[in-house]
Amino acid sequence: MDCVVTGGNVKVLAKAIHSLSRIGDELYVEPQEDGLALRSVNSSRSAYACFLFAPLFFSRYTLPSGHTFRCKIAIKSVQAVFRSVATLEKTVEKCHIELDEQKNRLTFTLHCKHGLMKTHNLSFQDSESLQAVFDKDSYANVFRSHPRVLVDTVVHFPPSLEEVTVSVSDDRMWVRNHVEEEADRAKAMLTELCLASDEFDHFAVQAHNSVTFCLKELRGLLVFAESTGLPISMYFDEPGSPVVLSVTDSVLEGNFVLATLSDDPNHRKSNTRRACTPPPPPPPDDFMNDDMDCYLIAMDTSVAPGPSATGPPTPPSADSTCSKQSAAANHRTRLHSEEEEDETAESGRPPNKKFCSLFFGSVHPSSQMTTQPVTSQEVLASDSEEDGQ
Amino acid sequence: MKFRGKIIDVACLNHFTRVVTTISKLTKMCVLRLTPDNLFFVLSGKVANGGVGMWCELSQANFFDEYQMEGVSSEDNEICLEVTPENLSRALKTVQSAKAVKVKLTKKHCACLTIAAELPTMSSISRVVTHDVPVDVIPRRLWHEFKEPSMPDFDVSIYLPPLKTMKNIVDRMKNLSNFLVMEANLNGEMNLKIETDLVSVTTHFKDLGNPPWGDDASQDGGPSQSRDPEAMVQARVDIRKLQQFLVGQQVNPSKAMCNIVHERVVHLILLHEDVSLQYFIPAVA
Repeated sequence: MDCVVTGGNVKVLAKAIHSLSRIGDELYVEPQEDGLALRSVNSSRSAYACFLFAPLFFSRYTLPSGHTFRCKIAIKSVQAVFRSVATLEKTVEKCHIELDEQKNRLTFTLHCKHGLMKTHNLSFQDSESLQAVFDKDSYANVFRSHPRVLVDTVVHFPPSLEEVTVSVSDDRMWVRNHVEEEADRAKAMLTELCLASDEFDHFAVQAHNSVTFCLKELRGLLVFAESTGLPISMYFDEPGSPVVLSVTDSVLEGNFVLATLSDDPNHRKSNTRRACTPPPPPPPDDFMNDDMDCYLIAMDTSVAPGPSATGPPTPPSADSTCSKQSAAANHRTRLHSEEEEDETAESGRPPNKKFCSLFFGSVHPSSQMTTQPVTSQEVLASDSEEDGQ
Repeated sequence: MKFRGKIIDVACLNHFTRVVTTISKLTKMCVLRLTPDNLFFVLSGKVANGGVGMWCELSQANFFDEYQMEGVSSEDNEICLEVTPENLSRALKTVQSAKAVKVKLTKKHCACLTIAAELPTMSSISRVVTHDVPVDVIPRRLWHEFKEPSMPDFDVSIYLPPLKTMKNIVDRMKNLSNFLVMEANLNGEMNLKIETDLVSVTTHFKDLGNPPWGDDASQDGGPSQSRDPEAMVQARVDIRKLQQFLVGQQVNPSKAMCNIVHERVVHLILLHEDVSLQYFIPAVA
């Protein structure tokens, strides 16, 4: 492997590595014919990220001759190469990544101004290919927006917050902080943000679902998207199936696949409520409705109306149970058609499991088109792994 | 019980946020008392709070463009809420760019102070963010605990040096000792002292001036009248409590002063045109 990155692309590469470092501890490097793939996965395998840099991204891109090569490196050591993005931009003119087969080292050489050259020889481990299986094109809900919209959204949530819940209706998206325990709800501050569909470049909703996923990885992708100014697309389906966040350009593609909270009984009520009956469309502008009566509280026992109420637990009606089942059935068939092995994993899921792990496969060396869902593979991380949280 | 306030002016919003942030540095929990004219942040000097008391008074008209409230009853036209100022501060900090911010009492999953802000966007529809800060409504029978503390019968009252200077000194002294002695006299002199087995450090301030208090204040009447202007009165306080007070200062006071009751209490007062903050630190033996 021998690739050269020049100019502003060095910073793009650096930002990609920084946002991958938010996911996991190891960087999986795989030079493919369609580009250099950099991937990472977190320890519980509930979050996965992949950047694919097309050969055109590089000013020189040659694959290792004769054999396929893939490896994993401690992401900290790669981060060290690109430590300060600010100075990188000013000083580095060229970055050369080369595989030294004699020494078994991956060499990063930064050619800086004034003829200064920094060489990092990183040791690596051979690895199998890391590949999450997802098919974002089949997802019911698709959104695309400028990263600024999402950056301005997540800023309202404290850095300590782990998960957010995103709910959608035909023309609105609500983002809320997720509070785990019912008991904590009385103490925790709840934040809700409502985005109108016209803030998005693309807003297509087919299923009025709400999904809960980790904020940390989203923040990681936002760092990348904001610095490159690339719009972010978000794809999601029903609770339990992963949310996919992606950025695309002519020379690169980034996909972040994050597990969402599955429909455990505590959340089922509100989720099915949302799935079956979409939240009543709020008045044109909730904020401007200034009647004092709206804010009456008078310590009565009635529950405040409106979409911001976190959902009075509606008794699960026959209707909702039924649609719940069909949703689960859908989920299963979809998985089934994609990947046969997963069915066993699916049924073996312990009931208290909160995050569905993603499905990973080890790709056979013969398989080249690794960005596509792969047809035959071995499951590395079964769905029932207990370290999801 | 109803309460709703609306802030439109950015400067007011900013100022209100700084006041709340200052409070949040001083205490984890406090009581927010709402009356038709004022907002009060109160911490009663109970043993559970380490004997520290706080009284912060804001005139609503100086912050809110709209302010409507209806208390528990017409004779007790007040609302008393236990709040976490940290949450309020965090909520307010994220809405600094808002076109308008509303603070209102709502009934959600529990009683909440809801901070709703209308944020500017590129689209035609504003973005609305709401923060529901859970609060506890304090029943009327407990209200007596949150009345304005009476001015202690102090021995010496003195203007404080610039708070930043004081903070720098106290921060360094904190590395050496857990307790600090504040002493002052009627000659405008104040000393900050620490004394340990290994080291004694004193910082002397002079020409600070002693605020003139009215006839009813103890300085001009009673036993203190005969007080020797050079004689120091002192109070030994927990240095962390003093540091907390100094670290949280986001409001530039027009006047900062300190009343000391000999070996009893240090009473710090910050006056701003529309905010006043009093802070009581009990002396330790």
